[in-house]
Amino acid sequence: MNFTFTEEQLLIRDMAERFFRDEYDLDTRRKHQAMPGGFCPETWAQFAEMGWLALGIPEDLGGVGGGSVETAILMEAMGGGLAVEPFLSTVVLGGGLMIRGGSPEQQGDLLPKLAAGELLLAFGYAEPQSRYDLNDVATTAKADGGGYVLDGAKCVVLHAGTVDKIAVTARTSGDVRDRAGITVFLIDADAPGVTVRDYPTVDGLRAGDVTLSGVKVGVEAVLGEVGNGLELTEAVIDRAAALIAVEAAGVMAATTQCTVDYLKERKQFGRPLGDFQALQHRMTEMYMETELTRWLGYMAVVRQDGDDRSAAARAAAQAKAKAGQAGRLIGQEAVQLHGGMGVTDEMFVSHLFKRLTMIDHVFGDAAHHVERLADMDIGDAAA
Amino acid sequence: MELVLNPEESAFQKEVRDFLRTSIPPEIKRKVDLGLKLVKDDYVVWQKILHERGWIAPSWPKEYGGPGWSPVQRYLYEEELAAASSPRLITFGLKMLGPVLVEFGTDEQKARYLPRILSSEDWWCQGFSEPGSGSDLASLSTRAVRDGDHYVVNGQKTWTTLAQYADWIFCLVRTSTEGKKQAGISFLLIDMKTPGVTVRPIKTLDGGQEINDVFLEDVRVPVDNLVGKENDGWTVAKFLLGHERFGIAGVARSKKQMERVREIASKEMKRGRPLIEDARFREEMAQVEIDLTALEMTELHLLSEQAAGRKPGPESSILKLKGTQVQQAITELLLEAVGNRAAVFDPAILDDDWPGPGNDGPAIPEHAATVASHYFNWRKASIYGGSNEIQRNIIAKAILGL
Repeated sequence: MNFTFTEEQLLIRDMAERFFRDEYDLDTRRKHQAMPGGFCPETWAQFAEMGWLALGIPEDLGGVGGGSVETAILMEAMGGGLAVEPFLSTVVLGGGLMIRGGSPEQQGDLLPKLAAGELLLAFGYAEPQSRYDLNDVATTAKADGGGYVLDGAKCVVLHAGTVDKIAVTARTSGDVRDRAGITVFLIDADAPGVTVRDYPTVDGLRAGDVTLSGVKVGVEAVLGEVGNGLELTEAVIDRAAALIAVEAAGVMAATTQCTVDYLKERKQFGRPLGDFQALQHRMTEMYMETELTRWLGYMAVVRQDGDDRSAAARAAAQAKAKAGQAGRLIGQEAVQLHGGMGVTDEMFVSHLFKRLTMIDHVFGDAAHHVERLADMDIGDAAA
Repeated sequence: MELVLNPEESAFQKEVRDFLRTSIPPEIKRKVDLGLKLVKDDYVVWQKILHERGWIAPSWPKEYGGPGWSPVQRYLYEEELAAASSPRLITFGLKMLGPVLVEFGTDEQKARYLPRILSSEDWWCQGFSEPGSGSDLASLSTRAVRDGDHYVVNGQKTWTTLAQYADWIFCLVRTSTEGKKQAGISFLLIDMKTPGVTVRPIKTLDGGQEINDVFLEDVRVPVDNLVGKENDGWTVAKFLLGHERFGIAGVARSKKQMERVREIASKEMKRGRPLIEDARFREEMAQVEIDLTALEMTELHLLSEQAAGRKPGPESSILKLKGTQVQQAITELLLEAVGNRAAVFDPAILDDDWPGPGNDGPAIPEHAATVASHYFNWRKASIYGGSNEIQRNIIAKAILGL
């Protein structure tokens, strides 16, 4: 048992933190957001050069190997830098689906491109009626000759407007909330019948609503097993939830740090605000909640690479719930402690706050995961 | 990062588990499981069993009688102790004075006191707080005046846990009023049998008697009983308070207590169904488990850092603060779980041996008998050991640089 980083992992962390400290300030971020697609292609190419897109991909497929912990380390740094690049959608979700569910042909075809920065992916798992329930899938995939015809709508698909391929869940059999009968398809973003309405998100990323009308795909578009796609989806989303909890810890650390820095500078009543104990104690709470979220998050990330799926699901739910709760507290406190400046667009803190808030609304919010844990709990009690 | 135990760790865990579960006397286990009062004998009997096995002082260096375990082994041992319903090991000698003597004691002091701590022959208590010096500990005013080969000590210590059982007390005393208040403090070992030492119990809100006032009136203490240098006691005290923060979070015991929550919630009924099937109560349990697991992982990280040779820093204040919050949250869950019968008070639970419900006392289920008193008693946790507000001051200063 060992719950700290290896020397190699510390190197990855240092490199990533340095990158976001030295080359990715708020102005840079604003420039990236204004580019077509809402991110900077050169920065993406830099990510590829640094090997970040190859993490978790086996070496014979153009990757550099490594487990989810390495990915989490990067995401923690990206959280602190408020990166807008489509890492989550492409590497964690798209890459996650390919590695867990892809056939050798699909992997051999796509993963080298992903690692090289030449392939962008998105995953549409949510629908307007589904809220956070992954089994609530109304999109249909009807068998048609040798392939399928897809019809339905996916909402808030991260980076859907810029990617090359979009993975979607669709129902090959069963009723709208059945656990069985869901299949994951990987479709070309420009396939006939695919429409993406692209928009910015509140926290400065891009997303899109995807409409599928009579989209024809072949059997080679199926990712994983027909009818068993929920299992794949849950595993990939749980892993993403664990990873984004660590990213959230990165955002929280930056939020706490910029608040502490600001209160050391800002003087009222003839002394720095940071001298006031009432404010100090609130910042210590922000600091502690960050630590707790981080280590719970890394635990959940480690569990995703293990064989025990129920332990992985429980850990992901715990980490994501904690990230949502701590994120709300830390974000709100940071803005409050910044005073009037905290509500301006000019300050870093307001952007951190928005990101923390929206992280709670992806892959299930805190209430969703606490409820999920409570349901698991009854399972354990009966066992 | 590896959260699965390796074969050696698993073997160690099994060895410890097997021994503890088969060695704990059933009557002691029952008291711990039901939260009943433990008397001196209960502690001593159990500690002697652990001592015979060589496991009484996991954090001590091997040359002084420690088992030579790694941080991970110590963590696993704590887990198994709690799981086996072990009483808390009395920390004053084992986790406080022992390490202090190893670090600051003379060879004579080590030879004289350490073996008797290991064997539980000496019961130690802690004389730090005074009526006028709580969080502002360094303002303490108990005076020790040199008189030949002795110090003459006058003053009052308070909140002294289990002083009624103690053979010895280690005290912070003022040997100088010159300079900063921290500069004139010394660390002194006092035999409780010395004339002039009086113990007066303080009854707590739960009806219990575990804390005391200790009055010191012209108590003559040999100068040999000084630990460290005269007027350098603050250094010793800081070492004591900062040492062995692991375990301070009480994670293992909190996990065990969550099992108790589950058991009680399986027995208590709500609308004709066991409480544990109530969605709202389950969510409350899930919430505490989230906080407890987050705490455990933070502790495991700090412990792994220590195992990697990095010194524990002020981060451990998180463990004390959040650990006691979780402990108190669990006492709230227990209180909530037993419902209206939380109010039933059987004074007999304060006795040394509570026979169980239904004799002459009120009809209260065994599992509910101590829940309220435990809730009230446990408010102490966020106050002792440096109140949680003091921990926040430490974090603000030492980590955030405020």
